Amino acid sequence: MPSTVSFTLNGEPVSAEVSSRTLLVDMIREQLGRTGTHVGCDTSQCGACVIHVDGVSVKSCTMLALQADGADVVTIEGVARNGELHPMQAAFREHHGLQCGFCTPGMIMSALDLLQTNPDPSEGEVREWLEGNLCRCTGYQNIVKAVLSAAATMRG
Amino acid sequence: MYEFNYHRPASLDEAKRILSGNDEAKLLGGGMTLLPTMKMRLAQPSDLVDLSAIASLSGIEVAGDSITIGAMTTHAQVAASAEVSSRIAALSVLASGIGDAQVRNRGTIGGSVANSDPAADYPAAVLGLNATVITDEREIAADDFFTGMFETALGPQEILTAIRFPLPKRAGYAKFPNPASRYAVAGVMVAETGNGVRVAVTGAGANAYRVSEMESALSANFSASALDGLAVDASELNGDLHASPEYRAHLVVVMAKRAVAAAGG
Ligand code: FES
Ligand code: FES
Repeated sequence: MPSTVSFTLNGEPVSAEVSSRTLLVDMIREQLGRTGTHVGCDTSQCGACVIHVDGVSVKSCTMLALQADGADVVTIEGVARNGELHPMQAAFREHHGLQCGFCTPGMIMSALDLLQTNPDPSEGEVREWLEGNLCRCTGYQNIVKAVLSAAATMRG
Repeated sequence: MYEFNYHRPASLDEAKRILSGNDEAKLLGGGMTLLPTMKMRLAQPSDLVDLSAIASLSGIEVAGDSITIGAMTTHAQVAASAEVSSRIAALSVLASGIGDAQVRNRGTIGGSVANSDPAADYPAAVLGLNATVITDEREIAADDFFTGMFETALGPQEILTAIRFPLPKRAGYAKFPNPASRYAVAGVMVAETGNGVRVAVTGAGANAYRVSEMESALSANFSASALDGLAVDASELNGDLHASPEYRAHLVVVMAKRAVAAAGG
């Protein structure tokens, strides 16, 4: 039976008719047309689908759309401000933190969650935090560099 | 994933009503195990009862000699709690090592304990720290709770509401994580409690279990060296592509020693 799910997506109210088994990531990509959030594995492993729900990072391939009803959802599309890249996005570009870019939206959403609770992480803490985000291209070196540099910029 | 009816009750009573007479219904905690299982069509519940809107099921309460953690409290909340880390540091260590950050943001202690996954971390804490599992119907001692692989003493309509951990004198947790999933290939909680030393193992057997030889050795001498030369019987242990039963038996001793060291022994 279809039901209506409504939540705030990047500050805007949205809603869509979903079935019980619709995954949050599918609703966001296919029904709401925000395709910045990727699906890499669909099995909670790769982190390409990481978004923020009520302020914390989650894997949107492992959440039902119905579970997000009433929530505050932020995806990669909601990170830039007034056409300016977020410092985390800018740092990924600056430090070559991406090659194909497939993992990048999830990496950025995950890294932003880290900095909310730990604004000055060590390299080891960044690596450990990104445990659930897989990258098949970069070897992680420049991703870690980008996160550390963004953290420094954001601390001001 | 097959279709099902989704419910998000606001109270325990309402959840109970939906469950009653509905054998194919399942409770949804954080969904970190159940949703992947349903995606693989290994589970096909008729109804999912999402417990996330029942406020009384979340939160950490400290009493004089215990900490009670609501079933829907996430691993991240347990890991971040200063109250937990100052009283039972081993429990914060355990919670902060589960899965990855996103799993810890959704996964719940109640879901993990009720599922009794042989490789989950929390069962070792419940058993090792001699916790009490609280449900809407009764209280269950840790020693009576885990009954088999994915099997517990919970009745089909019973709802796990909280876990009460008595404060140990000292405790430590160490695990050998699967490098991909961070599930425990073998994990050991060692605790000196009001009722003696307890050693609980997860990851190695069908469900979390205690090792009495280690408990007596550590009661006599709470130090890693007390476990020297102690061998664990591999015949009942799990073997899979990650580790043979013999390797797990070896890991149990190594992790137990590390847990004792982490406890300051
Ligand atoms: S697509 Fe969600 S974790 Fe890979
Ligand atoms: S840049 Fe290609 S997967 Fe990370």
